Amino acid sequence: MNVLFAIIQTLLFIALAPLLAGWVKWCKCHLQNRRAPSLLQPYRDLIKLTHKQPVVSKDASWLFIIAPYIIFSTTALAVSVVPLLAVDLPTASSADVIVLVGFLAFARFFLVLAGLDVGTAFGGMGSSREMTISAMAEPAMLMAVFTLTMTASTTNLSFAIDHVLQEGLVLRPSFIFSLSALMLVAVAETGRIPVDNPATHLELTMIHEAMILEYSGRHLALIEWASQLKLMLYGVLIANIFFPWGIAETLSLSVLGYGLLAIMGKLALLVVVLAISETLLAKMRLFRVQEFLSFAYLLGLLGMLSHIILEAAR
Amino acid sequence: MEIENLDHYSQIILSLAALVMLSSFIMLAQGRLLRLVFVFAVQGFMLVSATAIAAYSFNNPHLYISAAITLALKVIFIPWMLRRHILKLNMHRDVEALNNKTAIMMGGASLVVFSYYVLHPIMQNSSMVLLNALSLSLAVILLGMLLMISHHQAIAHVVGFMSIENGLFFAATVSTNGMPMVVELGVAFDVLVAAVLFGIFFLHINSSIDSLDVDKMNRLNEVDQ
Repeated sequence: MNVLFAIIQTLLFIALAPLLAGWVKWCKCHLQNRRAPSLLQPYRDLIKLTHKQPVVSKDASWLFIIAPYIIFSTTALAVSVVPLLAVDLPTASSADVIVLVGFLAFARFFLVLAGLDVGTAFGGMGSSREMTISAMAEPAMLMAVFTLTMTASTTNLSFAIDHVLQEGLVLRPSFIFSLSALMLVAVAETGRIPVDNPATHLELTMIHEAMILEYSGRHLALIEWASQLKLMLYGVLIANIFFPWGIAETLSLSVLGYGLLAIMGKLALLVVVLAISETLLAKMRLFRVQEFLSFAYLLGLLGMLSHIILEAAR
Repeated sequence: MEIENLDHYSQIILSLAALVMLSSFIMLAQGRLLRLVFVFAVQGFMLVSATAIAAYSFNNPHLYISAAITLALKVIFIPWMLRRHILKLNMHRDVEALNNKTAIMMGGASLVVFSYYVLHPIMQNSSMVLLNALSLSLAVILLGMLLMISHHQAIAHVVGFMSIENGLFFAATVSTNGMPMVVELGVAFDVLVAAVLFGIFFLHINSSIDSLDVDKMNRLNEVDQ
């Protein structure tokens, strides 16, 4: 029963991710006085891409073809350990937060390899930039996550969220810091605006798009879907760790429905914040990304320190 | 005593203490003077809210007065005066290049650890949970000193000096439930006089060496080289 629920939840996660991407676009368009595409447009794009014939360069190796499948399935695996609707998730005990970060790193590794594989100038450039950014974003993310795990004294996401939920409303200084650190890291990792511009194929400073420039057809669809999944994963992490109220604690249908409504409401609000920040900020110079991420690391570190100084028992 | 057993007022005060420390870090990395002054005003405002909440939760009405004095001085008057000087001396477009910003930030983080380490024995003996905030105020003091060391502009030095005063004020509020009124008024008056004097100094330094960059003062000499 529990395992069945975990599978259904993962499928739901995968199915909802394009909707979230559509909602991001919708919010941004309305903030920028443009006419917004329908919320279902990302689904239409994915369907259109799967019907097209993928074009693969004659210099591409098997790695180039297999990479989209690996990226998508790894991201789907990562998604399956994050509690979306209910706290009690059996898969969460088989893989904790550190494995989650590992999954994401694994997917990124193959994306980078695929970017290098064809040997275009853009691919190599995008890959090297992606590695630079991830090398700085990962410690910051782990720092933020460690603060949470030290508070809950477990690295299991289900237990940690349950701990926050049972504790009720406690204003923790360390959580304020790790929340802001995790938000900055999420912006960098999902390639949103101050770090990377997701809406362009024609910029010398692009990162994510540079790596996948050679992809087409269903391969491109899988990669796009995986990056939408990643965006939703970070959103759910932020929403459910720091504001877990509303998540289902039992597996009855009405509670789960309420949980679904709650998480969709929280994600919708979070995306509005993202859209506002993307509208207000301009893309950073690549060499300033390092400052941005070291600030995120500093926030994570301060979160850890204030956990030890202000909150620990003595 | 752990944080989940505290009442919400103490939690809010602790969170504000953490945010005051964060604002010190933001000031440390800030290259633009107007923004630096703005962050300083925000830090003052968080200090005021912490004081007001402490006044409410300890039921100590004279802390309201000190909160009001802080609001008038550190949130409104001093930032306004510094802002006017920056605009008048036409420095608001300058971006100060800080050398090795990341190292400074990490140095700041280690200062926080250091102040915790120094105050740890004292906190062991004290029953008051709010003394935890004492180590953060020491950190704010040390970060203000680091700000003065790492920046070149005289105005940034003044902001650093004032943020040291912020740290002292916070320490006094949380550890003694508010100083006697005479002391507090005296300190406030001192800060006011210092602010006015600094303003006069700015004008003199600027008119004699045509810049507020204190590094250039090292090159001043009695004889031509």
